[in-house]
Amino acid sequence: MVHSSIPLFWRLRKAKYRLEGTKCRKCKSVFFPPRSFCSRCRRKGEIECFPFSGKGTIISYTIIRTPPEGFEKQSPYAVAIVKLDEGAQISGQVIGDLKEVETGKRVSAVFRKMYEDGPQGVINYGLKFALTG
Amino acid sequence: MTRVAVIGAGCTKLDEHWDKSLRDLSTEAGVLALKDAGLEGKDIQALYIGNMSAGRFIGQEHLAALTVDHAGLTPIPATRCEAACASGALAFRKACMAIKSGEYDIVVAAGAEKMTDIKGTSAISTLMGAGDQEWESAVGLTFVGLYALMTNAYMREFGLTREELALVPVKNHKHGLNNPYAQFNKEITVQDVLNSPLIADPLRLLDCSPITDGAAAVILASERAARKFDNPVWVLGSGQASDTLALHSRASLTEMLAARVASRKAYEQAGLGPDKIDVAEVHDCFSIAEVLAYEDLGFANKGEARKLLINNETAIGGRIPVNTDGGLKLGHPVGATGIKQIIEIVKQLRGRAVTQVKDAKTGLTHNVGGSGATALVHIFGSE
Ligand SMILES: [Zn+2]
Repeated sequence: MVHSSIPLFWRLRKAKYRLEGTKCRKCKSVFFPPRSFCSRCRRKGEIECFPFSGKGTIISYTIIRTPPEGFEKQSPYAVAIVKLDEGAQISGQVIGDLKEVETGKRVSAVFRKMYEDGPQGVINYGLKFALTG
Repeated sequence: MTRVAVIGAGCTKLDEHWDKSLRDLSTEAGVLALKDAGLEGKDIQALYIGNMSAGRFIGQEHLAALTVDHAGLTPIPATRCEAACASGALAFRKACMAIKSGEYDIVVAAGAEKMTDIKGTSAISTLMGAGDQEWESAVGLTFVGLYALMTNAYMREFGLTREELALVPVKNHKHGLNNPYAQFNKEITVQDVLNSPLIADPLRLLDCSPITDGAAAVILASERAARKFDNPVWVLGSGQASDTLALHSRASLTEMLAARVASRKAYEQAGLGPDKIDVAEVHDCFSIAEVLAYEDLGFANKGEARKLLINNETAIGGRIPVNTDGGLKLGHPVGATGIKQIIEIVKQLRGRAVTQVKDAKTGLTHNVGGSGATALVHIFGSE
């Protein structure tokens, strides 16, 4: 799995551990996942670090029942697209009772174990969402 | 600029080909296409091949060179094109452009994928390489998962029911019942779809295209070369567009902007609109994809695709038959799919399709990469 590489994980640590996204000072666009280059202003953009609260609303969801490599033990699990309150949208697992997951529900980001890179491999952590009512 | 025509077409059976390697499949398709055109290998000036992920499916890169090598076509230039599941149509478009540039008169556009050499979960992960590895794959999303997110959003926004959505695979299985190249020849009912296992809610097994091995090839010719052949099928328009790689970054989950832009370009070039299309092959990798395609291609207004399904307008005999060979549900060798779709339209316009649309004169293909980050639309005419 490419996404379990240690350099990659280290590179994304601020985004994944502290919910650091980016914002363009010029056009006020916010990006999470962070973009190092404003896709609207391009070269004229001025990107700066922008922390997200992790709070948002589910805009669509699914329950994954045929998982990819590394996620076999967690299946079935819910994945949603969450519109963060600050404006960007992100995919993430929703923890808790699968039956409770619904479009329109409020969620908050939490830090959880994501998957294991084989029995001897690295345990990867990252962002998931918890229902908040 | 010269016009471009398809003068030959060939496809392997779409199947789990445990006894054949990728090189065998692409050679088989190429030979069939040459035979169909009445040409020999020495007539081919260049090759473009669509392939999504031979590197991960079989550990093989540098696929274009391998293809011409194994087909005995060296030293002609060979180029691999990759845009996930839209790799085939991309190779076709690049081959058209190469002819339009004036550089060549006869070119092969092919597509090939060998997906069953690795285990199922590895294939799922490999396909997800078409999404955002850092922010979609990393949270456990799969391809069917991405399309399930679109399905839920669409059902909520436009009131499409689960039963109505099941009409897509039911129609396509019926269309492909006698297709000798299909991976499955089996009629199914709405109830069969609803009883099949959930893969990613609300999408079920019979909403999904299978894991498939296969290759397809077409021979393209410049106008002056094509005049010497019987039944050339003309490329009237070609459009390609891109969108954000990740589904979550899009403004709408219920349309594919890239497909809308690509089709607008293709219609413009062809000088005709969606009402003039007699038959279409659309990228129904998952049932919802065909629903979105109806609207993105202008066959239906936004939110009204269900009417086409309920009224059988996209079934054979309807206003605009879609996926007359059974579509992707009956085999989806990802890199080959775009060419396979073109072959069905070529057969329709030659009047030689298994499930023939009466007097078809114009046809359209719609090939999507990933969850819609790449889309290609081609329009064909018998004149
Ligand atoms: Zn900006």
